[in-house]
Amino acid sequence: MTLLSLLGVVSSAIFSGASLLYATLGEIINERAGIVDLALEGVLLVSAATGFAVTVETGSPYLGVLAAMLAGAALNLLFGYLVIGRRANQLASGLAVMFFGFGLSALIGRDYTSARINSLPRFALPGTSLIPALSTSQFKFDPLIYLALPVTVLVWWLLFHTRWGLGLRAVGENAQTAFAAGRSPQRIQYQAIIGSGLLAGLAAAHLSIAWTMVWGEFMTAGRGFIAVALVIFSKWHPLRAIAGALLFGGAVAFQLLMQASGIQISPFLLDTTPYLLTLIVLIAWGGTRRHAAPASLGRVYQGTE
Amino acid sequence: MTSIPDKRPPLAAWLVKSGAVVLRYLAIFVVAFTLFGVILWIAGKDPWLAIRDTLTYTLGSGRGLSEVVVKMTPLLLTALAVAVPSRVMLINIGSEGQLYMGACLGTWVALSFTGLPAWVMLPFMLFMGAVGGALWALVPAILRARGLVNETITTLLLNYVAPSLVTFFIYGPWRSPGNSFYPQTLDFVPAARLPLLGDTRIHLGLVVGLVMLGLYWLLMKYTRWGLEMRAIGGNAQAAKRSGIPVTTYLILALCIGGALAGVAGIAEVAGAHGRLRPGFSPGFGYTGFLINWLAGGHPLGILVMAFVVALITSGGDILQINQGLPFAVVDILLAITLFVVLARPALRLKGKRA
Repeated sequence: MTLLSLLGVVSSAIFSGASLLYATLGEIINERAGIVDLALEGVLLVSAATGFAVTVETGSPYLGVLAAMLAGAALNLLFGYLVIGRRANQLASGLAVMFFGFGLSALIGRDYTSARINSLPRFALPGTSLIPALSTSQFKFDPLIYLALPVTVLVWWLLFHTRWGLGLRAVGENAQTAFAAGRSPQRIQYQAIIGSGLLAGLAAAHLSIAWTMVWGEFMTAGRGFIAVALVIFSKWHPLRAIAGALLFGGAVAFQLLMQASGIQISPFLLDTTPYLLTLIVLIAWGGTRRHAAPASLGRVYQGTE
Repeated sequence: MTSIPDKRPPLAAWLVKSGAVVLRYLAIFVVAFTLFGVILWIAGKDPWLAIRDTLTYTLGSGRGLSEVVVKMTPLLLTALAVAVPSRVMLINIGSEGQLYMGACLGTWVALSFTGLPAWVMLPFMLFMGAVGGALWALVPAILRARGLVNETITTLLLNYVAPSLVTFFIYGPWRSPGNSFYPQTLDFVPAARLPLLGDTRIHLGLVVGLVMLGLYWLLMKYTRWGLEMRAIGGNAQAAKRSGIPVTTYLILALCIGGALAGVAGIAEVAGAHGRLRPGFSPGFGYTGFLINWLAGGHPLGILVMAFVVALITSGGDILQINQGLPFAVVDILLAITLFVVLARPALRLKGKRA
């Protein structure tokens, strides 16, 4: 095990953790407004496919990222229409949109499965050029990774230090009361859904355009669900989501380390580590979630007469 | 339900009511197909041709129709796997994983006890399939019943674990030595194959599915257990106060659901394939979830919807071959159908909310 391959593992962990962080942040915004969004997996797929296709067609990864974000917001808006506009069951609507995303992403990505793209540029961490081992090609990151932490802080500030965030959290706790206090629950929930769609788009764009640079059917491999689980782990708090993303990145790093170390473990068994780890974390933290969860999470706001 | 008594004679009232239900479902499908057609049209395909192909290749021939029934068989069981837990307000999205684990344990029986006669082998195999599915549902069930973690997310996560385990066994201990190019297990011995109906590919799994559907209907309508499950679904707190063992019911309901999905898995492997391959299920578990939602948990509705959805997925195979569309476009059509149902809650059968 050389230092170089160790660095490769760490950088893979950072890459996979960053895209998960964006997805988790989006879900936190949603759930803080009282909406459980199981559509996330499908939204990620559609955004990844759209972003990738636009990057291939225009040659610009930046336009690709933009397209992925817009696609994420658009598909989430469809979900929002069902659960806010039509007051449908959130879990069933989420799964319906997820199925829709499975099919739609396959249709969008159909002609791009073997396409190559210009990726986002990657920069070395400032200062690391001084250390020879770190100045390798392995240890460079794209702008979306550098943006992940500022975006997390931004979401935290928006949710906990602005009037808008107060209203949003109030809707998640008790929409009736928020309405009585002069807020419009529907409008706030739509805003939350669009915001989380944009973040899901960023997550997917990072996955397909910046990191793997390919498109494949079902390439997100359950990241959407892992993000939903990490929301519980992070107790609906954006800053704690960083720990969740690091954890998942760690699972990926572990997987790669085991493969690189030459220990004979089936890759199919190693594939299950992120899901099992997420499950174990859920069990370990699940008992304490009661106090942290928004009180009317998953409840359909029926409007106030 | 409204409590105003219907003054019309029972038969006429029944006809009016079921006629309205049929009309509603027809309307749902007309709207869904129209929206699907629009999407195909945007994708540069001829929607008329696609829908005509789907119908002629499936309903138009005896062989096509029998293939639809083959597809419907696991869907009946996976829909029930969602329906039973949904009666106590549990959401089981894990039937895909439970199906894989049922296939896994059933295959272990088929490969390990090759000397058994069919009348011992088949019940044993199906039983172990049920055990595999039930065990896979047990962890989420216990976690939920103890109030630790919601079953939705745990069953979903386990869906990603089960297929990997199955693939591990296929590449590892169970790999057929004769076939190095295409990973799969050895062919099941004839005693481990489910009997077929005539010269079609319809297998015994269909009978199992129909019997289970009948049992589900009887359980829900005529037994104390069905009543108590409805009570829990209506108000778990009140049910607990009146002495119903809610925790036991929650665990049992989810495990029974898992068992049904497990049977679907091994029946599909031993009936339709005769060997275990990685990725043998094109999302039967997820599709079962959609069927149950479309049917609102109603037994007859599950039967009808399983058939209609099997028809649509068979159509997906045809679109894939004739039009070069990815199979996943079927998900679009199914999802749109569900959108229409979700967006118009009034269209759902009254009092049958899942």
